[in-house]
Amino acid sequence: MLSIKNIHANIDGKEILRGINLDIKAGEVHAIMGPNGSGKSTLASVLAGREEYEVTEGTVTFLDKNLLDLSIEDRAREGLFLAFQYPVEIPGVSTTNFIKAAVNEKRKYHGQEPLDALAFLKIMKEKMALVEIDQSLLSRSINEGFSGGEKKRNEIFQMAMLEPKLAILDETDSGLDIDALRIVANGINKLRNENRAILLITHYQRLLDYIQPDYVHVLYNGRIVKSGTKELALELEEKGYDFITDETDLAAKE
Amino acid sequence: MTNIAYFTDQFEGLAATDSTSTIKELSKAAFDTFNQSGLPTYKLEEWKYTNISSLFDKNYQFSKEDSKENLSLAGLRALNLPGKNEANELYFIDGRFMPGLSKMISSEKELIILPLEEAAKGPYQKIVAEHLGSSSKYLKDGLHALNTAFIQDGVFIYLPKGQQLDAALYLHHINNANTENILSQPRSLVYLAENTNLQLVETYTTLGSMDSFSNEVIEIVLQENAFLAYYKLQNDGANAAQVSSTQIHQIGKSYVQTLTIALNGGVIRNNLNLILDAEGNETHLYGLSLLKGNSHVDHHTLVDNKQPNCFSNQLYKGIADDTATGVFSGRIIVQPDAQKTNAYQSSKNIILSERATINAKPQLEIFADDVKCSHGCTVGQLDEEAMFYLRARGLPLKTAESLLLQAFASDILNQIKLEPLRIHVEQLILDQLASS
Repeated sequence: MLSIKNIHANIDGKEILRGINLDIKAGEVHAIMGPNGSGKSTLASVLAGREEYEVTEGTVTFLDKNLLDLSIEDRAREGLFLAFQYPVEIPGVSTTNFIKAAVNEKRKYHGQEPLDALAFLKIMKEKMALVEIDQSLLSRSINEGFSGGEKKRNEIFQMAMLEPKLAILDETDSGLDIDALRIVANGINKLRNENRAILLITHYQRLLDYIQPDYVHVLYNGRIVKSGTKELALELEEKGYDFITDETDLAAKE
Repeated sequence: MTNIAYFTDQFEGLAATDSTSTIKELSKAAFDTFNQSGLPTYKLEEWKYTNISSLFDKNYQFSKEDSKENLSLAGLRALNLPGKNEANELYFIDGRFMPGLSKMISSEKELIILPLEEAAKGPYQKIVAEHLGSSSKYLKDGLHALNTAFIQDGVFIYLPKGQQLDAALYLHHINNANTENILSQPRSLVYLAENTNLQLVETYTTLGSMDSFSNEVIEIVLQENAFLAYYKLQNDGANAAQVSSTQIHQIGKSYVQTLTIALNGGVIRNNLNLILDAEGNETHLYGLSLLKGNSHVDHHTLVDNKQPNCFSNQLYKGIADDTATGVFSGRIIVQPDAQKTNAYQSSKNIILSERATINAKPQLEIFADDVKCSHGCTVGQLDEEAMFYLRARGLPLKTAESLLLQAFASDILNQIKLEPLRIHVEQLILDQLASS
C-alpha cells in the first residue's frame, strides 16, 4: 500500500530525514519509535504534504500513485489520514460542517454523490458511539476549548468518518492520562481492519500496550536503524533508547 | 479644478429656490465654510490615508430632475437589495429623497417620514433647528460643508415616544450613473423619542458605468431609553466613491449598536461619530471590511464621552486582498466630566496579498482620571497551521481559505440581529469569497 524508498527531507536547509525505507501492506500496523529529534514527526509531515518540508531525494508510492506529486488535499482524498500531534483550534468553524465538507469532498473525488443531511447524521451517530465522543463537542467550533483528550478523540472520530486506507497517528498518546489513552486506543483498535494500514508514531511504549503493532521500527538521526516485532518495543522500554543509539553511533564511527 | 466654479454656480441657482430660513441660513454658512476650506487633501491629518480631492479632477454633475424619472419602483425592487417584504423602505435617487418610491409597512402613527424642508417648518421645527447640522461641530472639512450647503430633498425620520418598531427601516441610496458622472449628497435627520426601538439600514448602489460620488450626511438623535441598531452595507462598484458621515447623538440614556460592512467599492470613507451626551450611555461599534481589487476603505470613528458612566466598545475587522487598502482610525475623547468611562477599541486584520495595505491609528484623549480605556490592533495572515489542518482532511485550498475568512468575520456577522439582513450579507460574503 505504502512504499517509501530512500526518502531524504530538509527543513530550512537542515536535513532531517536521511534515507528512509519502509513498506506497509494493507491490514498491517507499524509503530515508529525513536528519541526526540529523530525525525518521527517529520516523516508524518512529509507523507501528509506539509509544505515547509522539502523532499530532496527518494520516492513514496501510495496505492500505485506517486504520493509526492499529490496536493495535500488529494492525498487525503486518496485515503491518507494524519492524526495531528497538536490538533489545531479553529474558532468560528463548526466541527460538524467541517467534517461533512471533508467527507463530501472525498466522495466527490471518487465520483460518488454527496451525502444528504440525514445519511450523514446516521453515519455520524454510528461513529460517535464507536469512538465514544459526545455530540456537544461536535456542535462546537473545531477543537475550540477542547481538553487534550477531547482533541485526540476528535481526531480519531474524524478518522472514523473519513475511513482512510492509511492512518498516520502522530504521537496520539502524548498528553493523555491513562483513561483518555484507553478510550482513544479503543477507538483506534475498532478501526483496525484488513484493508486499512496504520502507522503509529510514538515516543513511548505505553500506547503499544493497547494497540499491538505487527512491526516496530526505531528511527534515529533520520534513518530507521532497527526493525522488529512488538518485542523490540518492550526491549526499548526496558533499556531505553541508548542501547540502540550507542550501537548506531559506534557503527557510524567505525 | 473646475468643480469649485461649478458648485458656486449651482449654489447661486439654489439660493433662488424656496426653502425655510433654518435650512437657508445653515446652507449659506456651510457654503462659506466650503469656500474657505475647499476639498480635504491628504495634507490634513484626518485625511492622510484617503485621497478625496484627486477624485474631483473629473467633472461630477448634480442630478437633473428628469434623470430620476426613468427609475421605477419595480426596477429598483429588481435590484439585489435586502429588506424586501418585511421592512419599510425609502429610496434616495442621486441623493434626493423620493417620497413617491417609499414602501411603508409601519403606519404614520408608528413612524413619521417627512421631507426635511417640510419638517423644518411644521411641528418638528424645533427639533430640526436644534439638531440639523450639529455634526459640523465635529466634522469641519469642506466636503461635509458641501453637503450642508446643498441640503435639498433630505429626509426627516421621527420615531414617536414608545414606538418599538418590529419592521426595520431601510434607506436605499441609488446613484444613476448611466449617462454622466453623478455627485449625490443625501441628507437625513433621524430622531428617536423616549422608549423607542429602531433598526435602521443603509445600502448604496450605483447604476451604470460612469463614476458616482456619494457625499452623505446622516444625523441621528436618541432620547432617553431609545434603542438603535444601525447597519451600513457598502457593496458598490469600483466606479463608486463615497464619503459617508454618520453622527449619533445620545442625548438621553440610550443604547446604540452600529455595524458597518464594506464589501466593495472604489474609495470609501466612513466618518462615524458617537456623542455620548447623557450619563450611562452604552454603545457598540462593529465594522467589517472585505476588500479586494483596488478598493480603499477608511473607517474613521470618534467616540466623545461627555458624561459619566458611559460604556463603549469598538471591534473592527478587516480582510484585504490584491492591492486593496484598509484604514481604521479610532479616536476616543474622555471629557473632564466623564468619570467612570469605559471605552475599548480593537482592530484586527488579515492581509491576503503582499500588495494589500492596512493602516490602523488609535487615538485616546483622556481628560478625566477615573476611566478604563484600551486599544489594540493586529495585522496578520491566515493561520498556516489551520490551513494545513483543513486541507489535510481533504478540503480544497480555496474552501479552506474561505472557511477561515468566514470564521474570522463570524463574530461581527453574528452581531447582525436583523436576520434577513444577516442572511443577505452572509450570502454576499460567500459569493465574494467564491469568486476571488
